[in-house]
Amino acid sequence: MANSTTAKSMTGGEFGLMSLMLALCVITLFIAAKAYSAAYAFHAGLFCAASALAAFAVYQRYDSRPAEFPPAEIEGKPNYNLGPVRFASLAALFWGIAGFSVGLYIASELAFPWLNFDFALINFGRLRPLHTSAVIFAFGGNVLLATSLYVVQRTCRVRLAGDLAPWFVVLGYNFFILIAGTGYLLGITRSHEYAEPEWYAIIWLVVVWVTYFLVYMATVAKRKEPHIYVANWFYLAFIVTIAVLVLGNNAEVPVSIFSSKSYPVWSGVQDAMIQWWYGHNAVGFFLTAGFLAIMYYFIPKRAERPIYSYRLSIIHFWALIFLYIWAGPHHLHYTALPDWAQTLGATFSIMLWMPSWGGMINGLMTLSGAWDKLRTDPVLRMLVVSVAFYGMATFEGPLMSIKSVNSLSHYTDWGIGHVHSGSLGWVAFVSFGALYCMIPWIFQRKLYSLKLVEWHFWLASIGIVFYISAMWVAGIMQGLMWRAYTDQGFLEYSFVETTEAMHPMYVIRAMGGALFLLGALIMVFNIYKTLASQSETASETSLVGAAAGLAPAE
Amino acid sequence: MALSIGRRLPSHRFLETHSIWLVVGIIVAIAIGGIVEIVPLFYLKNTIEKVDGVRPYSPLELAGFNIYVREGCYLCHSQMIRPLRDEVERYGHYSLAAESMFDHPFQWGSKRNGPDLARVGGKYSDDWHFDHLRDPRSVVPASIMPGYPFLEKAPLDYQHIGEDLTALSRVGVPYSKEMIDHAVDDLRTQGSPDSAGLDDFLKRYPKAIVRDLRIDKRDVSEADALVAYLQRLGTQVDFKLYDDKANIR
Repeated sequence: MANSTTAKSMTGGEFGLMSLMLALCVITLFIAAKAYSAAYAFHAGLFCAASALAAFAVYQRYDSRPAEFPPAEIEGKPNYNLGPVRFASLAALFWGIAGFSVGLYIASELAFPWLNFDFALINFGRLRPLHTSAVIFAFGGNVLLATSLYVVQRTCRVRLAGDLAPWFVVLGYNFFILIAGTGYLLGITRSHEYAEPEWYAIIWLVVVWVTYFLVYMATVAKRKEPHIYVANWFYLAFIVTIAVLVLGNNAEVPVSIFSSKSYPVWSGVQDAMIQWWYGHNAVGFFLTAGFLAIMYYFIPKRAERPIYSYRLSIIHFWALIFLYIWAGPHHLHYTALPDWAQTLGATFSIMLWMPSWGGMINGLMTLSGAWDKLRTDPVLRMLVVSVAFYGMATFEGPLMSIKSVNSLSHYTDWGIGHVHSGSLGWVAFVSFGALYCMIPWIFQRKLYSLKLVEWHFWLASIGIVFYISAMWVAGIMQGLMWRAYTDQGFLEYSFVETTEAMHPMYVIRAMGGALFLLGALIMVFNIYKTLASQSETASETSLVGAAAGLAPAE
Repeated sequence: MALSIGRRLPSHRFLETHSIWLVVGIIVAIAIGGIVEIVPLFYLKNTIEKVDGVRPYSPLELAGFNIYVREGCYLCHSQMIRPLRDEVERYGHYSLAAESMFDHPFQWGSKRNGPDLARVGGKYSDDWHFDHLRDPRSVVPASIMPGYPFLEKAPLDYQHIGEDLTALSRVGVPYSKEMIDHAVDDLRTQGSPDSAGLDDFLKRYPKAIVRDLRIDKRDVSEADALVAYLQRLGTQVDFKLYDDKANIR
């Protein structure tokens, strides 16, 4: 501080955020005192404590920072802001382990129901949303935050916009996860799959998400590159569409500001349609568009090859986002949703096969001339196998959206298997690959062990095979048993007989999940050793020559 | 080295260099499908069948519905019977859109770890349900359902149930002012067959099942509310009178 030449003063942002946090603290304290339920009082208390902590942290940060802000460039090179990226990538590892563990536990509950222990907090019905949210929104969400805030800086060749805002985004988002997750355990839920958090958590999420969008756009706006790189199109589609979906699906009226409970504006058939418009596009834009952005940055970087086709990227992008949004009704085949909507959903789901495979081809063919690296680089192999799983899951999806196939697969474990071939094979693998690339770059350490990555790769791959084969068998078997008739024309099996038949499959599935979790634990150990080591720098700046290659062709 | 092979598309160049227009393009592309599929459901008259008998939940049933939501029952039980031969024979008449028109949120479900519950009302006795909730394997040995013994020990929190009715009336459920004002009393009336307000209650909620919950001796439990909800599931429409042909969509 002695070195600073200008007098230090608090910025408008620092003062504003501090005041807002203090105001939030007072309001939530008031709400906590008058809350209708203990669970809601606990949440209001969490808000109160977190906002007080945030206000204090903002002041501390102001107190200890130099008068001048970090420069946008040092010696002509962008001075990237990596703090929030580092936080989100480590948070992703933490939530990944948490989410996979809960998944393994609920899989075991289905095989051995005594594991529920008649205890409300760990009953299947409360843990299942915890599992889905922890893996999708906590693990996947933090991977997307980390990679997007990293990629946007690298591809625009500028420092991230904002000073406090990027920190507000990553910390605020993780606080949302905390509220959502503890809420499920305490029975606070909207009962919309993948959209369970209640109204107050959603209000907080919207504030965080709008800030995320503004940080992203402001960074893109001050880019040093004339063109916006394709990964950023996908990230932007992900950010914008998720905002639209969340606002549409979360239209609701709270019972009272002192109650965690709200009632959705939509009901019955319209609520079902809007939920699956949301639900399928949480898959389409959170788990697909966002992770395709990762594919479009990290595969070319790791393979050191250009993207296979620029034109295919354009077609892939626009066709994918236009078609995906229609696909929701295939979750509602043969239900009370009108037939015309079901038919539209099925038609567009089948068409969606084409852009999905276009994207897969674009990712895989990027390896042209570099296929030999798959033998030596397990990180690249992970990325490439993820794209192969993407291709498999996006072939299976259109197949299952055909009504006659769906009449068998719907309500069965085939759906669970399909989801996991996409989420374990595609989303998690591309995330692992990206984190194995990025963590050494952003912490400037050499990855501790490629051998351990090999172990992770094989354990996880075998785990996935166990998982999805067990679920295919379970799903098709149960679907066939439900519709089996005796010679006399009676239903052959009672429901519970079909449940009994599932048991061996559920055990195999849990074993697959355990292998997958074991692989992830090896990853955490590997990353821990990487960060703990004092090894040489492995910053991506060593690729600075190649970074110029990121410039779009003119 | 370029990151992509091939010449740039001049027509796409504009979007690649103007971030705001790129975002506008994204919004237009994602808006069309949603609008076409969702908006007509609110004005096409044949979206929800015309049926007699579907009424809003009574306060006790609503409290049960909220327990069902809270415990995540929808994660293992669908409430949507498809018009397929085996489903209709196993569970009963296929589900109508009208039957869930007052469900905020809908509970159709997406996975059957347990059987469909759309028409479970009246299939089993109250006692069976209490036994089953307490220990599912005491009545269905191969069941994989978690036990819910804590529900019958937890007193139902219904002092604010009137506010729930108010919130639902705001989103279109036809709860009258009278229903909202009497919400707490109505909840208790449904558990005390001898109460003076019984006739008025049954006028407000026709065909509601009134059972003796011994309210004077003990608290209404969460299990009481849940069973009241389960026992009315799928019983609203009289399918002897329902005209399939009139509602062809």
